[in-house]
Amino acid sequence: MAYFSKMHTKQKRISSQQPERTLPKCPTGITGFDEITLGGLPRGRPSLICGGAGCGKTLFGIEFLARGAQDFGEPGVCISFEETSDDLAQNAISLGFDLKALERANKLVVDYIHIDKSEIAETGEYDLEGLFIRIGSAIDSIGAKRVLLDTPEALFGGLNDEGVLRSELRRLFRWLKDKGVTAVITGEKGEGTLTRHGIEEYVSDCVVLLDHRLQSGVVTRRMRVLKYRGSMHGTNEYPFLIGQKGISVLPVTSLGLNHKISDERISSGISGLDEMLEGRGFYRGSSILVSGTAGTGKTSMAAHLVDATCARGEACLYFSFEESPDQILRNMRSIGIDLARWIKKGLLHIHSTRPTTHGLELHLVDMHNLLESHKPKVVVVDPLSSLMSGAGENTSDLTNMVLRVIDRLKQLGTTGFFTSLTSGGHAAEATELNISSLVDTWLLLRDLESDGERNRVLYVLKSRGMAHSNQLREFLMTKNGVELREAYLGPAGVLTGSARLAQELRERDDESRVKRESEDRRLALGRKLRAAEAQILALEAEKEAAELELKTAEIENARRRDSALAQRAEMARSRKVNSSSKAPRPKTQEAGA
Amino acid sequence: MAAKRETSTIPEYDLRLYVAGQTPRSVQAFANLTKICEEHLAGRYRIQVIDLLEHPQLAKGDQILAIPTLVRTLPEPIRKIIGDLSNKERVLVGLDLRVTV
Repeated sequence: MAYFSKMHTKQKRISSQQPERTLPKCPTGITGFDEITLGGLPRGRPSLICGGAGCGKTLFGIEFLARGAQDFGEPGVCISFEETSDDLAQNAISLGFDLKALERANKLVVDYIHIDKSEIAETGEYDLEGLFIRIGSAIDSIGAKRVLLDTPEALFGGLNDEGVLRSELRRLFRWLKDKGVTAVITGEKGEGTLTRHGIEEYVSDCVVLLDHRLQSGVVTRRMRVLKYRGSMHGTNEYPFLIGQKGISVLPVTSLGLNHKISDERISSGISGLDEMLEGRGFYRGSSILVSGTAGTGKTSMAAHLVDATCARGEACLYFSFEESPDQILRNMRSIGIDLARWIKKGLLHIHSTRPTTHGLELHLVDMHNLLESHKPKVVVVDPLSSLMSGAGENTSDLTNMVLRVIDRLKQLGTTGFFTSLTSGGHAAEATELNISSLVDTWLLLRDLESDGERNRVLYVLKSRGMAHSNQLREFLMTKNGVELREAYLGPAGVLTGSARLAQELRERDDESRVKRESEDRRLALGRKLRAAEAQILALEAEKEAAELELKTAEIENARRRDSALAQRAEMARSRKVNSSSKAPRPKTQEAGA
Repeated sequence: MAAKRETSTIPEYDLRLYVAGQTPRSVQAFANLTKICEEHLAGRYRIQVIDLLEHPQLAKGDQILAIPTLVRTLPEPIRKIIGDLSNKERVLVGLDLRVTV
């Protein structure tokens, strides 16, 4: 027991020390990057940003400086070995940073260091103290906290003595560290090494690798934190892009899986579907996937959800990758859903883009930005699958992106509704996006072909956290929107459409026939009963007659006997028989008779 | 700034030697330079020694990185020689003096 308590206090002490132990970080202000690195670059240390030509190294550095000067009150020094300060300023303006203004405000110093080999001859020993002095004086002039060295490896092209250069660069990085400035050093990717001249071995605290790849004609930029000494960091490759507001690294969040969930339910807008989901619809904040072949009514389902959401007064965001807003409005009007009124009210925003206009990550940023500005309660992505064309063959990218979208939505507590087009040949259950495991509710729309017609059926493939119906329902598109009908399941399979109607008719026929038959039977039995009753009456009458007859006969008998006795007495009287002797005699006669 | 004028008029050779403090290497470079100039350019040159520790802002103008650096501003074009100037032959080539001599 004592041992355990000791352990306990020991652990407590360690954990209380932890905040001090964590590396102080310097926020870059670059969207998403600080999340990946849990706070930014290591403060007071040099970091290496490397990558191929045109991958955005310089922009990363410039943004690091500009944001530091603008937002964090940390002046910066930019030592450029490749571009003149005018060029840099011009490039930065396209990202919304006015370097010249920052320079005028004494928040930034840009120094262009240039070496022309043709001008220079080397003789004897030298060092790069001049470089140190220049950087040092620039830092001191404005009290800089941040330094960007944009490709110091360019010096290797200007100076012959590689040994001196290496040792001087190493000294430079250590010197920067001693000065306590947070430095970003860029390096061009070499063959097999991170930088052309291997300076990564001198900058070992934090290495970030930038990359851009061409896939199916669409460029995707990626970033990876290769190494971050003394700190946790996201280890994945994150897509990033260079937009009008600088660099955005995505995802903004995806390191945790701890979003709050809601027990609240929201209607799908289709009463039949709500019924299938415990009669209460989807969970708020869940992600819903509707997959189906072409023309199965995915968009219509989305429109229903949008309509129901807006009717509650909640904002809705609709990403369409196939139809223009007008087209959606028109088509949905045809099934009796008027979405235009919600747009007028400002509740619904439809964002239509071609999936191929730009790479996936830009779509993702678009989504993020719109999520920020509109703060919707429900987001529809229709269809997710068409983003495939943006992803090229690499579907794992798309899966990744969808994961990030879902992640983001869950964090915001926003309900996500995704549609996915299943191509005919595929098994319906295997979405080519492999995202089925990511979604909470998966509805499947299918075409059933029979008797020369095609009918839609819907079923709930899965729905986490609820006892959903396992029934197959027929999906009807009427003038008043989508209706769900119970589909017939028989030995011959599922009956839909006219087959279902025929079946219904047949059932009605059957029913009336049975009814008729039973009525007939009832009547017949009634008749039989009545006949039996009549018979009973007749017999009854017969019985009564017989009884009457019997009675009459008995009365007759008695009368006859009385009259016989009277005759005998009359005869005895007439024969003057002794009354005393006469009396027993008729008795014996009687007995003898 | 320690400027050393050999002639009062504008010299044919205008040289600047950038150093950072009185390091042995800088002193060595200055000595080597003076020696070469006296041998080959007597009366035709001027040497300015610029100590960047005192005037760091001057490093920017001539794009000085390495110390010591000798800059020949005249005659045109500008030439730069870095190092302690210990190799006399290379200094002469660097200053374009090989042809004239």
